[in-house]
Amino acid sequence: MERAQHQENGQPILSVSNLNLHYGAAHALKNVNLDMARNQVTAFIGPSGCGKSTLLRCFNRMNDLVESARIDGSIRFNGSEINDPATDVISLRRRIGMVFQQSNPFPKSIYENIVYGLRISGVNDKATLDEAVERSLKSAAIWNEVKDRLNDSALGLSGGQAQRICIARAIAVNPEVILMDEPCSALDPISTLKIEELIEELKKSYTIVIVTHNMQQAARVSDVTAFFYMGELVEAGGTRMIFTNPEKKQTEDYITGRFG
Amino acid sequence: MKLFWKTGEPYVLATGAALAIILVMSLALVGVVMTNGLGYFWPRSLVKYVLTDGTAALGQVTQEENNPLTGKKRLQLKVANRDLLGQDFRWIDEKDITSRSLPTDALLLERREHGNFFGFLTGVTAEGVSLTAATPFGQLQQALRVVSERMKATTTIKQQMSDLNNRAERYRLKLLKLEFKGAEKNSTAIAGLTSEREKVLADFARLNDQATTTLAEITRITAQFTDVSGTAKEISLAEIVALQQPNSMSPLAKCAAYLERVRELLLDDPRESNTEGGLFPAIFGTVMMVLLMSLFSLPFGVVAAIYLREYARDGLVTRMVRIAVNNLAGVPSIVYGVFGLGFFVYGIGGSLDSLFFAERLPTPTFGTGGILWSSLTLALLTVPVIIVATEESLASIPKGIREGSLALGATKFQTLMKILLPMATPGIMTGLILSMARAAGEVAPLMIVGVVKLAPTLPFDTNFPFFHMDRKFMHLGFHIYDVGFQSPNVEAAKPMVYVTTMLLLAIVIIASSTAIYLRNRMRSRYTTSTF
Repeated sequence: MERAQHQENGQPILSVSNLNLHYGAAHALKNVNLDMARNQVTAFIGPSGCGKSTLLRCFNRMNDLVESARIDGSIRFNGSEINDPATDVISLRRRIGMVFQQSNPFPKSIYENIVYGLRISGVNDKATLDEAVERSLKSAAIWNEVKDRLNDSALGLSGGQAQRICIARAIAVNPEVILMDEPCSALDPISTLKIEELIEELKKSYTIVIVTHNMQQAARVSDVTAFFYMGELVEAGGTRMIFTNPEKKQTEDYITGRFG
Repeated sequence: MKLFWKTGEPYVLATGAALAIILVMSLALVGVVMTNGLGYFWPRSLVKYVLTDGTAALGQVTQEENNPLTGKKRLQLKVANRDLLGQDFRWIDEKDITSRSLPTDALLLERREHGNFFGFLTGVTAEGVSLTAATPFGQLQQALRVVSERMKATTTIKQQMSDLNNRAERYRLKLLKLEFKGAEKNSTAIAGLTSEREKVLADFARLNDQATTTLAEITRITAQFTDVSGTAKEISLAEIVALQQPNSMSPLAKCAAYLERVRELLLDDPRESNTEGGLFPAIFGTVMMVLLMSLFSLPFGVVAAIYLREYARDGLVTRMVRIAVNNLAGVPSIVYGVFGLGFFVYGIGGSLDSLFFAERLPTPTFGTGGILWSSLTLALLTVPVIIVATEESLASIPKGIREGSLALGATKFQTLMKILLPMATPGIMTGLILSMARAAGEVAPLMIVGVVKLAPTLPFDTNFPFFHMDRKFMHLGFHIYDVGFQSPNVEAAKPMVYVTTMLLLAIVIIASSTAIYLRNRMRSRYTTSTF
């Protein structure tokens, strides 16, 4: 059923084909093929070092920062090639936002954190910025907690709040895709719950790709789950199917906790 | 015992002891400087000793110790009156003293020349001035007021003379330039300028005559003194800078005298080959040089560090450059001085001279030591400190912050300007503090690129173009060396060395505290804290 829904949306927003990535001599991603549909949550699971974060960082070309990284194969975003040297990385990153494992608010006020993405793209109109702050803080379900202290430093927030500020910061530039790299791994269960509810909400307007170590989380929030092992995509499919009736033995072993 | 070693306690003690030793040594240093420096200006009693051979001595006790020859106690007396006795100090053995007294009318004169005079007042000679006071001391003070009034008139004349002199100098330089370009084709302009200049010079000569006559009139007002052994001495009042009767001064008057001396120290020019008077030119020169130095080294260091850390590929070359930069900080400072002399003074300064001031050659303009070249030399010396500090603070910024900014579509440059540099500022400030402290205390390289014992003019004044980067300047560190070791009267100059050291320390402390205050304010704004 979920498979059907997957295909109903037509053209996938992100499409990975024959992707290989090397860090120096290490072969980090081996011939990965995967499509991600619009307005769905895709979860990447797998043991540490399996390449799931590496793949995530390919989508907004964060691997450019790693000098030894070498990428072959293709990733298409709305049909256009991401790895093409002519691709405008700046605008690509505006359309594909990212939330990191460790919350990383800038040492600025909450307000300035949210509008950072807009300011660097040249938007300085006060009304537009105010509107963006309110909209994105509301979407990130943190407006009520911080609306009275927008000018306080974002460094004074708790871990969960800071992570939601980072999500709001990513939303503020109106991306199409939000990449989340283990967004809850440094958070307590209550903050984790809030972020998960938020993901549920956000999926209405955005496509979300989430890397997680927590299989319950993947089961709870995602529509599609992809299991990686040793740089290979072992299996991808509807979350319910992966968790109840995986095709591959390896997937079943991992999900049932027999290894990993 | 074994347990004692096992607990790790001895290592704590060892680290504590090391810190304690450093603290004690620094405090002792500051303590010695402070006690000797702060006490110097306090008006000390003039003690009269009558000796067994019938002679008498009047002076201030500066030191007591055991005579290294006899092992008996002796004391060092500052007797001043260098023009009469030939020496400012003498030693008196305790056993030679028959009586000791504090004469209330003993007088201390600070003179423009020959150091202090200790003695007694006998009378005042003032032609054309009516002195109404009853006592000779009252008359002396009255006469001094008249003299200082008249001296003020001469200072205004001197100010006008210096203005005229500057104008004449400008005309002379213009003339030189015109003649250099070709005397024939500029003959009319030259003639015009020459006549202008001659007018100015005539004015100058007239004022000079006026000043000389006024001064001669003032010098005719004198006072007669005797020293403790009865030798008479006539001193012109224009020679007297200050006078005290320290034995009859109230504590309040002593405080006032003390503050007056501190004011003189901070705001006046030096006298008596720098052993007396103020330190204003040296303070000004030191501060201006350090500020100029920061102006050069801060931007250069920060930009270089940014390139090294953010843009350069981390390869063999980058690592070599980094090691080289670190090692630069260890090059002896005199080497920088020699380099500064060869590269800045003779190289750049010489080229500037031959390009822009060719008419003035062989008199150098920039081709000789000056405050600009000194600042540049010290900037070169301190730039490694700033590079290292900036690099360290850039490196300590978490990777997540950079990635966060880049992931939002910021360019590397935007990330640098909006996020990284503000976060690195406290670290950069630390580097600046260290480099300023180092530059303020550095003497060796300055001695060959622009510091002088006595600079006639400050590097900044009201004459166009206000900042005179080519001028030589005075510096507190060099002042310490010069007064302490090169002065003809080392013993008399000793307190000045302490005072100068204290001032230099104070300047460094003030500069660092300001920077530390700024840094802490920024640090509280930019510290990352999760949870």
